[in-house]
Amino acid sequence: MTTFSSRYKAPFAPGGQAPVDAEIARRLLTLALSRGGDYADLFYEYGVSGSYSYDEGILKAAGRAVTMGLGVRVMKGDATGYAYVEELTSEAMDHAARTAAQIAEGGGAPAPIGVTSRSVAKRYEVPTLTLDVAGIEKRELLARADRTARAEDPRVVRVDASFSEEIREILIASSDGKLVHDVQPLMRFGVRVIVEHGGKRQSGSSGGGGRFGMEYFEGHTPEWHAKEAVRQAIAMLDAREAPAGELPIVLAPGDSGILLHEAVGHGLEADFNRKKTSNYTDAVGTKVASELCTVVDDATLAFSRGTINVDDEGNEPTKSTLIEDGILRGYMQDRHSAGFFHTTPTGNGRRESFRSHPLPRMTNTLLLAGKDDPEDIIRSVERGIYAKKFGGGQVEISNGDFVFSLTESYLIENGKITAPLKDVNLIGNGPDVMRKVVMLGHDVEVSDGIWTCGKDGQSVPVGVGCPTIKISAVTVGGSQIG
Amino acid sequence: MTKQSNERVDALLALGERIVEKARKAGADVAECSVRQGDHLSVKVRMGQPELVEEAGSKAVGLRVMVGQQVAVTYTSDLTVQGIQRFIEDAMELAQLSQPDPFAGPPDAALLSTREQHADLDLFDPEMSALGAAEALRRAKDGEAAAFAVDKRLTNSEGGSFTRAAGSSALVTSGGFRGGGEGTYSSIVVSPVAEEDAVDGAPGKKRSGHHWAAHRKLRELQDAGDVGREAARRTLAKLGARKVDTQEVAVIFDQDAARSMLGLMAGAVNGSSVWRKSSYLVDREGTRVASDLVTIVDDPQLVGGPGSRPFDGEGLLSRRNVVIENGMLKSYLLDTYSAKKLGKQSTASASRGSSGGVGPGTTNFVLQPGTMTAEELLRSTDRALYVTDMMGFGFNAVTGDFSRGASGFWVEKGEKVFPVSEVTISLNVDQIFQRIDAVASDLDMRTSIASPTFRVSAMTLAGK
Repeated sequence: MTTFSSRYKAPFAPGGQAPVDAEIARRLLTLALSRGGDYADLFYEYGVSGSYSYDEGILKAAGRAVTMGLGVRVMKGDATGYAYVEELTSEAMDHAARTAAQIAEGGGAPAPIGVTSRSVAKRYEVPTLTLDVAGIEKRELLARADRTARAEDPRVVRVDASFSEEIREILIASSDGKLVHDVQPLMRFGVRVIVEHGGKRQSGSSGGGGRFGMEYFEGHTPEWHAKEAVRQAIAMLDAREAPAGELPIVLAPGDSGILLHEAVGHGLEADFNRKKTSNYTDAVGTKVASELCTVVDDATLAFSRGTINVDDEGNEPTKSTLIEDGILRGYMQDRHSAGFFHTTPTGNGRRESFRSHPLPRMTNTLLLAGKDDPEDIIRSVERGIYAKKFGGGQVEISNGDFVFSLTESYLIENGKITAPLKDVNLIGNGPDVMRKVVMLGHDVEVSDGIWTCGKDGQSVPVGVGCPTIKISAVTVGGSQIG
Repeated sequence: MTKQSNERVDALLALGERIVEKARKAGADVAECSVRQGDHLSVKVRMGQPELVEEAGSKAVGLRVMVGQQVAVTYTSDLTVQGIQRFIEDAMELAQLSQPDPFAGPPDAALLSTREQHADLDLFDPEMSALGAAEALRRAKDGEAAAFAVDKRLTNSEGGSFTRAAGSSALVTSGGFRGGGEGTYSSIVVSPVAEEDAVDGAPGKKRSGHHWAAHRKLRELQDAGDVGREAARRTLAKLGARKVDTQEVAVIFDQDAARSMLGLMAGAVNGSSVWRKSSYLVDREGTRVASDLVTIVDDPQLVGGPGSRPFDGEGLLSRRNVVIENGMLKSYLLDTYSAKKLGKQSTASASRGSSGGVGPGTTNFVLQPGTMTAEELLRSTDRALYVTDMMGFGFNAVTGDFSRGASGFWVEKGEKVFPVSEVTISLNVDQIFQRIDAVASDLDMRTSIASPTFRVSAMTLAGK
């Protein structure tokens, strides 16, 4: 099987119009190190994305974008020189290499560089890329979602269905000898509905995707997403004001992993710990969570949104254990931080595009299963919140304070899920909340790929996953006091 | 002196014209091409040492075509002959896939502006490009050093950064519009970290804070040292922050927090959200949506403004729009499409995204300042949470429900008495704006959405 597009081919890739081979890479890297840099890498990227938006019963707009460029990075000590170009002529590439080289001011000829091509794992081999499939098939998927949502309930007044797809073809060459090529597909399907009843209006949505081709829809039909969006919107029509104050929380499996992502994930990215700005600085080997908690960052999950065959520095991504039975085991490393910590990179060096330098980033961050029955977890709560769907979250790296917004949640009263609640935020402190994990289900789910993570202005696709989780107390930001 | 007509812009216009002509030949009834070119220098210093020097240029084209009333958009930064050919072919192929939209269409040709009408808004600083990496690093370093010099409790740093950027753009449409311009931007950010003393053997919390300045003119940019000292002051003020009890209380939003609230209003009055029923302000034109202290104007004609522009994303002459006047909703912000959907005229608020798509947007979207100073506002407040930072995404645009993480200060009898963190504030946004009972005079125009400090009479604070 292949993940190559039959329609779009990066000119720099093997078999492209102007392939970048070991000789060209060696020449550019030598130029990049000509002022005395310690290390250099080249990041070639060719990205094609497509978007289809279905609205008011028609495919209203279709779009496609092609971006292409080269980013050159040169390191001298802790300092990075970075330059990029969108034109891939040899003059333009030389210019980028010379510009990035200026971070070093020494001079002298670099040691000879030998670059060897290396193959990568195959975690997202898809039979046919969605980009290569006739547009009319994608239009029909959107039409099916639209028809289903409208037929599902007379209170549905608007349906927006969207399909987006991309391929990202990358080629990385580094002065420590790597030459790696990968093609990364990514697709996402979503339905959003608005319902009206009795003077109230609400929205609901459902979506998913990952590094799939059209086979995604065998497991997740447009009809399923449409019904799920309508279900959520109708349920939320009756939403009441959420309570304000500290309460026990039960998090549904899957998307709730976004809490992990905020509460511990970011703080375990190695750059913040190298700079000692994270609340987890110097905490390896200490207890940072309840002993129920084992957290991994797993880049190897087949077809997941956060999965990669190679990171954006050419390193091999792994499944790394971050927290084991509550004890902090290690950080997510890029090349630079791994050097500082005298360890090997964990393959977490990622970047948004050739326009940005790599940073330690999450891939798929998962809290592993516990032993509890999810039903028992809900039954154990006298008064609390059941959190089912999420808008996103944010964390303050320096001290671990985070927020986490709920778009579908319910009150739990006497061990039963009862009234739906209006949109509400949870706020807490990462280490504090992780210590308050008191029950953990055996029902781990991985999010159906919708999440994008932002850091320093760079967005990358990520996956999250977890079982049903009970946290003994979190501050709920509702407006109902008492 | 800005030149609306110069070699760089003329070259972009020429490229746009060639693409529009090719698209028309390929069968497009309507073709609109935007061309953008830019370059920037960004540097970052941390703990006195250079951390990053980034320098790059970019150039790309976006295209919107209509075949009948079937619409497609494409974008490419591959400007080789084959790249541009494919970009046009893709647009034509996708337009065949789209279905006829009875509301699609270009603006009425009679409404298009001409280059002679385009005001010189003084958006370009010709001196900026001369600033090199060494000087940029010096400024970033000075900013961080000034912060460290303030207090020894500032033990760490997320760095000092300096950026300068320049961009030029052109828009050419088959309806006969041609326009372009250039702009520059510079900014400096300093982000120190302070550490609290250990309490009962437990390590204190780290607190990070920051301050920043931005301007289109290098000479007008705030001094790096002043930015650093202000960043230090803000960071130190957070030391010892704690939760407060859950209660209903007045909330003061400082300029940064207030800007974030104004951003929610910008979304709610966006014509596209309105016709999609994705705004809590659907069907509210002409009604009260805020207290009578609230007047919000979107003004693209501000000289030197961060969001200023002489024409909109469809080529209409930009104009000042009063969105909310003394609390009454006067006008949504509309492009040609959303105007047709709502049976109105465009307010010349079209914004053309880099991907080629067009929708309504804001330019300089500003809550008009009041008469009391921010200090007077604080002193006139008996008890309140004074919010300086908000976190998270807790906002439902359809219903207006709002709930966000907040930190800042506790106010008693007109004074900030201690710092607060890890609480949330909530209230429907419709109510938040109607409960504004004081607006200060401290407007600054660092950003295109800008607000002075204001106070909301009561919100729910969730804490302990």
